[in-house]
Amino acid sequence: MASTINDTQEELIEEFGLFEDWADKYEYLIDLGKKLPGLSEDLKTDENVIKGCQSKVWLHAFMQDGKLIFQADSEAVIVKGLISMLIRVLSGHSPTEILKADLYFIDRIGMSQHLAQTRSNGLLSMVKQMKNYALAYSSQV
Amino acid sequence: MSSIEQIRLDFPVLDQLVNGSPLVYFDNAATTQKPKAVLDALQHYYSLDNANIHRGIHSLAERATAAYELTRKKIQQFLHAESSDQIIFTSGTTGGINLVAQTYGRANFQAGDKILVSNLEHHSNIVPWQMIALERGAEVLVIPVSDVGELDMDAYCQILQENTVKLVAVNHVSNAIGTINPIKEMIELAHAHGAKILIDGAQSVAHLEVDVQEFDMDFFAFSAHKLFGPTGVGVLYGKRELLEAMPPYQGGGEMIKEVSFSGTTYNELPYKFEAGTPNIADVIAFSASFDYLESLDKGWVEKQENELLAYATEQLSQIDGLRIIGNAAKKIAVISFLIDGTHPQDIGVLLDKFGIAIRTGHHCAQPLMQRFEIPGTCRASFSFYNTKEEIDRLVTSLKRVKTMLL
Repeated sequence: MASTINDTQEELIEEFGLFEDWADKYEYLIDLGKKLPGLSEDLKTDENVIKGCQSKVWLHAFMQDGKLIFQADSEAVIVKGLISMLIRVLSGHSPTEILKADLYFIDRIGMSQHLAQTRSNGLLSMVKQMKNYALAYSSQV
Repeated sequence: MSSIEQIRLDFPVLDQLVNGSPLVYFDNAATTQKPKAVLDALQHYYSLDNANIHRGIHSLAERATAAYELTRKKIQQFLHAESSDQIIFTSGTTGGINLVAQTYGRANFQAGDKILVSNLEHHSNIVPWQMIALERGAEVLVIPVSDVGELDMDAYCQILQENTVKLVAVNHVSNAIGTINPIKEMIELAHAHGAKILIDGAQSVAHLEVDVQEFDMDFFAFSAHKLFGPTGVGVLYGKRELLEAMPPYQGGGEMIKEVSFSGTTYNELPYKFEAGTPNIADVIAFSASFDYLESLDKGWVEKQENELLAYATEQLSQIDGLRIIGNAAKKIAVISFLIDGTHPQDIGVLLDKFGIAIRTGHHCAQPLMQRFEIPGTCRASFSFYNTKEEIDRLVTSLKRVKTMLL
């Protein structure tokens, strides 16, 4: 059986539990960011852009076999790493599951500061936008 | 003789750990830290003198009013203004610029008039002019910036010659890259072509001497919080004849002489522009900034800042792939930079983990970022309380951050 949103969140919490200091944690995050495939230029449209104050984030979403698939990209690699985790947790689930998801892992791995207003990195808007897509697609299903 | 160790003790905020490391505060262009004297003044005011000013007849109101007006006097001296009633309290530099745009601008700009700003400006010295230009049918023109980040003075002259420029609005110092603009020359040229000029002094007051009369300034605006004072207080200086001819900005208490339903007459300068209960406590505490600055050896402060700029420029330039944006011949102690292959935001996030506070992003100067075709920069801005050891920590941490990111 496919893993649930919460299974993935627990996996991430466990992975981050292995790191002893912030530098290891951020190096892992940077690595995740670098490995995220990102978006092709034709998908980096104004429609897909989520504007943060400091770095641009692009989010592309589509339905496949009743599951909502997310792809995203950012200019900044740490944001990309955070995005990569959000995608790993949410992408490939039904819109209803995504709507219900409580993203507690961000706080548990010590990254909640990145959701704070001051970061203005678009991550908070990104989470909202993912939920908005889920809402839009759930009413279509 | 000012000793740096002694001076750092005057700023309580500097003595703390951030993410486990001693704080290195290199975001002074965003806001400066406050000496203990300013914090004490705030505490003193609310503990002993709190009262509304100008109207009360009781002792507390008298003390508060006297203290409030004393700050105005100190600002007059600081700016070398003719008289203290040309010192208008606002909420900040932005507040002062908007005041001029909405009063002087609305009363004087006609369809087809030109307002001249520069490509170096902060959004707060662009958008207020765009707003009033749109309303009055005027047009905003732009003085271009060279590759090193200096204003193109030939272009400035040419624009003044070829257009009816009503008002020039430029910063004394660029917030994003630290360029010191030749405002004396710019003011002379503006006046020679019949234009008024507003100088945005937000970034200069903490570093440069300002003499509004010697420079023949029409308007000068700055913020207390960038001069070691509290947030929420700004100053607008204006020439008397300009301020007197300008209509009031906001209506309310304090700014009136007499009110009736058949008509209202307005108060004199500066109260005409100070409707409502002002930010009394912060204005009063701002007074302590001037006392504190006077206690410092001016020559030492200047030398300290120049040395920090020279040392940081030299040390940062040695980092492979680091590019300094803005290399004007005359700069204040601000360095904007990029590291090849990295995004400024990532640098800022990681430096914070090392306890180092810098600013990253477009610095509210998007047109300048567009000019240099960059998404933003990392900006380290220094004050006299910073040290070479702190710059060493920045350099060491940047090298580490670079390895992490690349």
